[in-house]
Amino acid sequence: MRQLSQAAAIREGIVQEMRQDPSVILLGEDVGKFGGAFHITHDMLDEFGAERVWDTPISEAGFTGLGIGAALTGLRPIVEYQYLDFIFCAMDQVVNQAAKIRLMSGGRAKAPLVLRGPQGATGRGAQHSQSVEAWFMHTPGMKVVLPSTPYDAKGLIISAIRDDNPVLFVEHKLLYGAASPGGGKALSDTAIQAIGTDVPEESYAIPLGTADIKRQGSDVTIIATLLMLHRALSVAEELAAEGISAEVIDPRSLAPLDVATIAASIAKTNHVVVVSEDVSRAGVSAELVATINDHCFYDLEAPVQRVAAANTPIPFAPASERHVIPQVDDIRAAVRRVLSI
Amino acid sequence: MSNTMEIRRDPVDCAGHDRALLLRMFRKMLEAREFEEQLYYLFLTTAMPGTMHQAVGQEAVAVGVVSALNPDDTITSTHRGHAHCVAKDVPLKDMMAEMFAKQEGSCRGMGGSMHLTDFNKGMLGAFAIVGSGIPIATGAALSARVRGSGQVAVSFFGDGAVNEGIFHEALNMAALWNLPAIYIIENNQYALSMTVAESSAVPDLASRACAYGMPSLRVDGNDVLAVHEATREAAKRARAGEGPTLIEALTYRIRGHARFEAAGYRPSEEVEAWKKADPIERLAAGLLARGIAGEDELNAIRAEAEAAIEDAIEYAQSCTDVQAEDYLSYITAEN
Ligand SMILES: Cc1ncc(C[n+]2csc(CCOP(=O)(O)OP(=O)(O)O)c2C)c(N)n1
Ligand SMILES: [Mg+2]
Repeated sequence: MRQLSQAAAIREGIVQEMRQDPSVILLGEDVGKFGGAFHITHDMLDEFGAERVWDTPISEAGFTGLGIGAALTGLRPIVEYQYLDFIFCAMDQVVNQAAKIRLMSGGRAKAPLVLRGPQGATGRGAQHSQSVEAWFMHTPGMKVVLPSTPYDAKGLIISAIRDDNPVLFVEHKLLYGAASPGGGKALSDTAIQAIGTDVPEESYAIPLGTADIKRQGSDVTIIATLLMLHRALSVAEELAAEGISAEVIDPRSLAPLDVATIAASIAKTNHVVVVSEDVSRAGVSAELVATINDHCFYDLEAPVQRVAAANTPIPFAPASERHVIPQVDDIRAAVRRVLSI
Repeated sequence: MSNTMEIRRDPVDCAGHDRALLLRMFRKMLEAREFEEQLYYLFLTTAMPGTMHQAVGQEAVAVGVVSALNPDDTITSTHRGHAHCVAKDVPLKDMMAEMFAKQEGSCRGMGGSMHLTDFNKGMLGAFAIVGSGIPIATGAALSARVRGSGQVAVSFFGDGAVNEGIFHEALNMAALWNLPAIYIIENNQYALSMTVAESSAVPDLASRACAYGMPSLRVDGNDVLAVHEATREAAKRARAGEGPTLIEALTYRIRGHARFEAAGYRPSEEVEAWKKADPIERLAAGLLARGIAGEDELNAIRAEAEAAIEDAIEYAQSCTDVQAEDYLSYITAEN
């Protein structure tokens, strides 16, 4: 089958939706004539014109609000943040407005909105490196989607666009692939697996809230998203050589979360490691541990191990960044801890 | 005023200015230029971490503004901040060590190119969230008032930043309370790919100040003395309790937006035309025209600036690499 990079897969999903649904529009900085800082919206201005591809000023709070207003009145806007760190400039519009409007209106209003952009630590210092998903996982009314492969990215962006709620669509810079700036670096990360690169040309939707078992196993369950999913898979591969069988689950969406798939896996393996690139304190890993305790406590033979970023802003120096962000070694050590080996 | 201001190439008019000040400006602009030129090669040839944004062609703004301030006045900067730091006397060695992620760096290797900071020099920080330094400088101005320090606070930011709501919030408060603040729009005519006309309904950015009753003006940002004069007036007003000023300095970003960004969205004739309006060359021509310095003396200063950067690189390379756990010392302050 045809191979696509993740950047190209996201792009194709957006283009196909825009072709079949004239209510889908784009808003964001440099998304038009420049084609997006990470080239996701490449050529879209040419194909769809300036009434559907809006090159915004640097006004995140403003254009997020415009997206909400357009969503309330019949459009399906996709709002791009050049780096997801900048969505914090629009926090009121996202958290107080988009996420709450459904409830506040007693179910009368809906805001079908995709908020998307890249995140992840790539040597750019504290304001261009954060993982933001926990902030929005914490915000009722929002959905939070995170693709780790090109195949998933296309199917999930299509579902996110069709969804009638505000969806945060989290992309990882190091997973975009070679066609995108930053992608060259990704290729040098040996942990990034060439999985899910076969992408059908026709449109397809992956339902939000369905996890995917990326690798079957029986001894331990590793739950991870985005770049961490790839690191988890490479650990699983190594451990297989020692006769340890790890199951690797990609939740693909944190809100809603596919608890059933996770619980079924834990019922089989009785050991769990959760991995996330965001900080551990009140982070994704904390919520996953709490959920596992709620649903799977009596299946656990050892305390859940979590691997997450250190509780610090991301330092610039590469040696420190590496120390802060979970590495393959950290995941391997956590698996050994949970299995007491 | 339209944004296509005539590109001026005439020598800077140095009449009536102190010779030492003029030569110091020349030296500072050269240092800022050379710092970034060498960074470009370092990024190409060595494993220099991270990214950078060059202000090549914009040096007269940083140097013109800071040369009109007192050493204890404060500034905030942006993602494109090297020249501001050079102008504010942040030691070149500390800056270069930061670029190399060394423990001796101005931010101990924790900040990097986009977050250079030096409190000893009144450099409160470089803020890489567009617009975010504007209220912070305004707060420093408020603090100067409360403390009765007589300091002025200056915020440097780009033409793109004026479209963040925070620009308006900050300017309103500064004007409302007559704070000793100076706002410098470093209008290099692009915010990444977007021209001013493509992102601002009124491309005359200085005029935004009138909504707050704040004096404002546009100056030729490639004329270091024009920038200096405007800032000196603004600082005088600020110190006299007469409130803030907005200065729009029109200049041009000669290089791409960041490290190797090709800037293919700009007509090459435009870039070439602005290259001929180089602020350093215009000052050199002005110095020669008035006989303030001869070609030999200017060449000697050029050589000194180059040597200073070379020293900084050599020093930085001899510094100690940040160790993995260093960051643990810097997350929160200990009382
Ligand atoms: C809040 C925010 N939005 C977007 C960006 C990405 N970004 C960095 S610099 C830049 C352009 C800024 O243009 P301008 O203010 O004119 O400064 P210049 O780069 O020209 O110096 C953009 C969009 C950012 N850093 N912060
Ligand atoms: Mg600009």
